[in-house]
Amino acid sequence: MRSLKDRDIISILDFTKEEISYVLDLSKRMEEEEHINLLKGKLLANLFFEPSTRTRLSFEVAMKRLGGEVIGFDELGTTSTVKGESLRDSVKIIEGYCDIIVLRHFLEGASRLTADSVSIPVINAGDGASQHPTQTFLDLYTIKNTKGVLEDLSVGFFGDLKYGRTAHSLAIALAQFNARMYFISPPSLRIPKDYLEELEARNVTYKEVESIYDVNEELDILYCTRIQKERFADPVEYEKVRGVYKLTKSVLDEIKVKSDFKILHPLPRVDEMDESLDSTNYAVYFQQAHSGVPVREALLGAVLGALQ
Amino acid sequence: MKKMEVSTIEEGTVIDQIASKSTFKVANILKIQDINQVVLVGVNLSSKKLGKKGIIKIEGKSLTQEEVNKIALIAPDATLSIIENSEVARKFQVIIPDSIEGIGKCFNPNCVSNHQQVQSRFKVINKNPVKLRCHYCERRMGIDDIELV
Repeated sequence: MRSLKDRDIISILDFTKEEISYVLDLSKRMEEEEHINLLKGKLLANLFFEPSTRTRLSFEVAMKRLGGEVIGFDELGTTSTVKGESLRDSVKIIEGYCDIIVLRHFLEGASRLTADSVSIPVINAGDGASQHPTQTFLDLYTIKNTKGVLEDLSVGFFGDLKYGRTAHSLAIALAQFNARMYFISPPSLRIPKDYLEELEARNVTYKEVESIYDVNEELDILYCTRIQKERFADPVEYEKVRGVYKLTKSVLDEIKVKSDFKILHPLPRVDEMDESLDSTNYAVYFQQAHSGVPVREALLGAVLGALQ
Repeated sequence: MKKMEVSTIEEGTVIDQIASKSTFKVANILKIQDINQVVLVGVNLSSKKLGKKGIIKIEGKSLTQEEVNKIALIAPDATLSIIENSEVARKFQVIIPDSIEGIGKCFNPNCVSNHQQVQSRFKVINKNPVKLRCHYCERRMGIDDIELV
């Protein structure tokens, strides 16, 4: 297996099954053990060209818990970008100040361009509608922690599968673990064809359905995503879809799920997932959100060469 | 005797077996409008292999590897003949490369390569039919999705 030291974390497509499993094992170690001075003397630059409170904070917490320090910004208005500076110039200057860059950007591929431009490691914290690999790692970590395995699971993806990048990346990652997939969405929010082609190239068994009642297998995992009102030109269409794509306890009673079935959601939710589900054994989405810290600790430690 | 549909050149390159509809795309790649010497272009010529084919003959030009790579993506069946003293000195089939730079613009308007001063880069993920993945935004696209430059 290629070492993670000095690697960029840009896309889940860059990782083999063995490397993914290694990162998840490291994450478990970070959750169970304290590593107070692991990154002492190291400096992380959090470059958030668009706001994202939770991802930014969880990187900051992860770095500080390991004894490292954090600089950065979280809005475009305070950067030289507004003066017309190119992204490449900005990051080439900033690499002189720090040991690792964490980048969030509104343009797809901005993290890859950054990684190509600097010699220090770069972690993609989300670029446009494209990749958000640390979210995928924490989704996988949550599944492994709550189900015990990643192999041979039956996974439903529910809601906005057209724009939901976390669902796309998770599907691609789970393809390496022989998952069977159900894509449950309204016709206007179906998973893009190019992602289905990716899955077909990996011989994944999948089915697209419009209703959760049409899933003809007991699910291990349901990965919910938020349906955003602004995606609909016609508000009437949105209201129709919103009513159908709402997960409640009574819906779960009517569909086939395994006894250790779990619901994940990248959050925030609006009303696609009823709060009555929060107290059930199925709900692991808050645990999932908290997994962001050990997973990012593992990635920072490994990329900076402090974890073997 | 076989009738020559497009006349010969003395020294240069012949690109044959181009799918007819792709002929002018290949001509654009080679920027034939900027060439001062003889350029012969034929389209809708009969071909056993393609049904209808295009052919381009350029006097005094040898192709760069970058040009050959681009032609291979647009016209994967194309053959190249190097002409010396009005004879075919060498002839070979184009080979689709594993990756390519600068062939055209990524079709994703939100891709960083369409907003910053960077050359587009693609990985060839399927050769028949040709499918490319943008190095930056990772979107998959066919060759027809790309605006060639």
